[in-house]
Amino acid sequence: MTALLSVDAVSKRFRGLQAVDAVTFSIATGELFAVIGPNGAGKTTLFNMIAGEIAPDEGTISFAAARIDGLAPDRICRRGIARTFQLVRPFPALSVEDNVLIGALLRRPAVAEARAHAHDTLRRLELFDKRARRASALTLSDRKRLEVARALATEPRLLLLDEVMAGLRPTETDRMIAILRALNGEGLTILLIEHVMRAVMALATRVLVLHHGAAIAEGTPQAVVRDPAVVHSYLGAEAFG
Amino acid sequence: MSLILSVVVSGVLTGLVYGLMALGLSVIFGIVRVVNFAHGEFAVMAMYAAFMLFRDFGLDPAAAMLPVAAAFFGIGYLLQSALINPFVGRAEHEQFILLVALGMVIVNGLLIIFGPDARPANLSYALDSYEIGPLLIDKARLLAAAAAVAVAAALFAFFRLTALGTAIRACADNLLGAAVVGLNVKRLYALSFGIGLACVGAAGALMVTIADARPALAQAFTLQAFIIVIVGGLGSMSGALVGGVLIGVSEALAGFFFEPSMKSMFSFALLVLVLVLRPQGLMGSRA
Amino acid sequence: MMALWRDMPARGRALAGLLLVVLLAAPLFADRYLLSVLILIFYFAYVGQAWNLMMGLAGQLSLGHALYVGLGAYVAAMLWVYFGVGPWLGVVPAVAVAALAGSAIAWLGFRFSIEGVYFVLLTIAFAEFTRIAFDHIGAAGGAGGFFIPYQAQRLGEWWNLRGGQRLFYYVGLALAIGGVILTAWLEGSRLGYQWRAVREDQQAARSLGIDILAAKMKAALISSAMTAVGGVFYAFYYDSLFPAQVFGIGRSIELILAPIVGGLGTVFGPLVGAFILTQLGELLTAAVEKLGVDAPGAKALVYGLILMLIIFVRPDGVWPWLARACGLTGRKPGRAT
Repeated sequence: MTALLSVDAVSKRFRGLQAVDAVTFSIATGELFAVIGPNGAGKTTLFNMIAGEIAPDEGTISFAAARIDGLAPDRICRRGIARTFQLVRPFPALSVEDNVLIGALLRRPAVAEARAHAHDTLRRLELFDKRARRASALTLSDRKRLEVARALATEPRLLLLDEVMAGLRPTETDRMIAILRALNGEGLTILLIEHVMRAVMALATRVLVLHHGAAIAEGTPQAVVRDPAVVHSYLGAEAFG
Repeated sequence: MSLILSVVVSGVLTGLVYGLMALGLSVIFGIVRVVNFAHGEFAVMAMYAAFMLFRDFGLDPAAAMLPVAAAFFGIGYLLQSALINPFVGRAEHEQFILLVALGMVIVNGLLIIFGPDARPANLSYALDSYEIGPLLIDKARLLAAAAAVAVAAALFAFFRLTALGTAIRACADNLLGAAVVGLNVKRLYALSFGIGLACVGAAGALMVTIADARPALAQAFTLQAFIIVIVGGLGSMSGALVGGVLIGVSEALAGFFFEPSMKSMFSFALLVLVLVLRPQGLMGSRA
Repeated sequence: MMALWRDMPARGRALAGLLLVVLLAAPLFADRYLLSVLILIFYFAYVGQAWNLMMGLAGQLSLGHALYVGLGAYVAAMLWVYFGVGPWLGVVPAVAVAALAGSAIAWLGFRFSIEGVYFVLLTIAFAEFTRIAFDHIGAAGGAGGFFIPYQAQRLGEWWNLRGGQRLFYYVGLALAIGGVILTAWLEGSRLGYQWRAVREDQQAARSLGIDILAAKMKAALISSAMTAVGGVFYAFYYDSLFPAQVFGIGRSIELILAPIVGGLGTVFGPLVGAFILTQLGELLTAAVEKLGVDAPGAKALVYGLILMLIIFVRPDGVWPWLARACGLTGRKPGRAT
């Protein structure tokens, strides 16, 4: 089984802080892979290195057997990796439809065709009815789904989601879980950074746990949450009495 | 050789006055983060004010500097509170346009009132000069430069040594933090703008001993102030003075070796170089 | 662009059609003065439209656009006077030179992360530098000016832009219409969407696969090229060029007034803005003359006040508000008409 995404001994240091420490893992096509860990564990730095916002100091990242570490974010997107932002960034003055349209234009240069694809994507993310609204006028839940729709419109092979459940109410979380499960069911590979354990347990096929920049556990969600090292990292030594 | 040295010294002295003007911009731009594209227009307004005080009351511009600066402080305070504050958070191009427009109003107002011709302040000592060794130094320039340095020193002292000055610097450094700590940001902004404009007022008043008041100078002053602030380094007050001296000297030399009309070319070329190679300027710190 | 036509409600189409007919027929019934005012409006609408592309669509503020007017003007004028190359041909090198300058500035800005006010100053620096340089280029006439000589025998050579007012009226009208069509087409194109994305949020745009440098360079290229054509028109209409006037920052500012007052980023904004400002300017000049007041800066002062008013009350410009008020906006919100 050749991995779709391969992260090999990747490290990143910021002045005095080792943000990511020799992390290695790989994701196979069709997986729904979650990266969890307490705040400051290095999840976002790892994420940003895969997305191209920063370059690793050491190690390599490969996508579809080609190296991508150090490439600029727009090239990474064109290779087939799309991402969302933790603090959502829709284009505020543009309509919902135009937001997704811009994503769709990546692979479909003809505006009419791109718009049709954008409409399809909006339907799947349950935003079609709101397509004429200004992005800045949406609720948080809608903006999160817009962010996903926009990234999805670029027709990625790997979708990177940065804490997409944060700030959502339980019903909204359920809705997002259902959408992501459906997308993954159609064959989309997803890498998820998450804090909301409910989503991780419901969605992930495999989980990687980071702590202080290093990988401390990897496996199925059920196995990982019972791992003593993981519990220790989240709850501290006192948890063990 | 001594002629070149005299030219350089003249450039240094003029540059100190430019530096004071730029200092005002540094305070406004660095603290309130407003792009004051009307800076030169205010400077020319101050020149006219000093000119009138001289013409009607015989007040020497160096002395006129104080009331003019005080008046400009008030203007700046009001302007910031009433007009500019709503724009602080808005899109950059809107700020620009507002201040460009304000500048248009000011400079054309001056044009209408005073006409386009140059208005010199015919000081009794305008043509006097000191001979220090081989150097020939204009008395007027020397006095203006000394006054400029005095004002700058006072400003430094204010920002470093007083509680209010420290509060203002805190605002510039960390806006949210300043507000959280209970500082009245609006008031401090207004104060800063007032201080900045007071510098401009002082510099303008001093300027009239060196050059004639003309509306056409306004745009040149604005650009020059920006060049100095960027070359010297945004956020660095000493940078503004150093930048001013640098520009003053380079303009003086360019005017001497080439043609006077070409002197600005070097300033603009320097600006591009700094923007490209060292955007934090000579004395600024990397953001 | 067809989308723009489709989106326009019937009212808008009727109005546009009527306006077009009126403008086409104007030289038949309007007097010289009115036609000269209209030519000014066309000129400012056109160059404002060109600037609008870079600012309104791609979000790059340039206060040195007079550089491109000047380069276009001087190159075409000098080619005509020294080599007899007519403007319809001369426009090509004129555009090339301006586009080169524009791309260079855009590249510098991108490569060295010169943004915001620093980028604005960069554009000003280039324009000012060029202005002073041209003051000293003897072949271009220096500060004394460069003149296209009046040659009575050449009148009627429309291909050399030698002719009466009517010729320049129709060329100006064609430019203005062409500007609108080009902007509308670009706005609805893939590039136009990419520009808007870059304007709104560069980082997000990048994450969607948009090449920021390419987008910005294209904006600069098209904008500067378009402006240069306006410069060629300017040179042959006025027949005299002075560096201080042509390259000056006052010119750059004058150029941006129309699109800002009319509506940044909109297709018809620059036209509306040019119309309002030129009319107002003429009214003011007439009023000042009537009052017998010698007020050399009155027009500019009022322009300044208007600009302040607009930026306070209607920062999006007059046109979007006017269009809504008259029921002229398209069916799609989120798209600027």
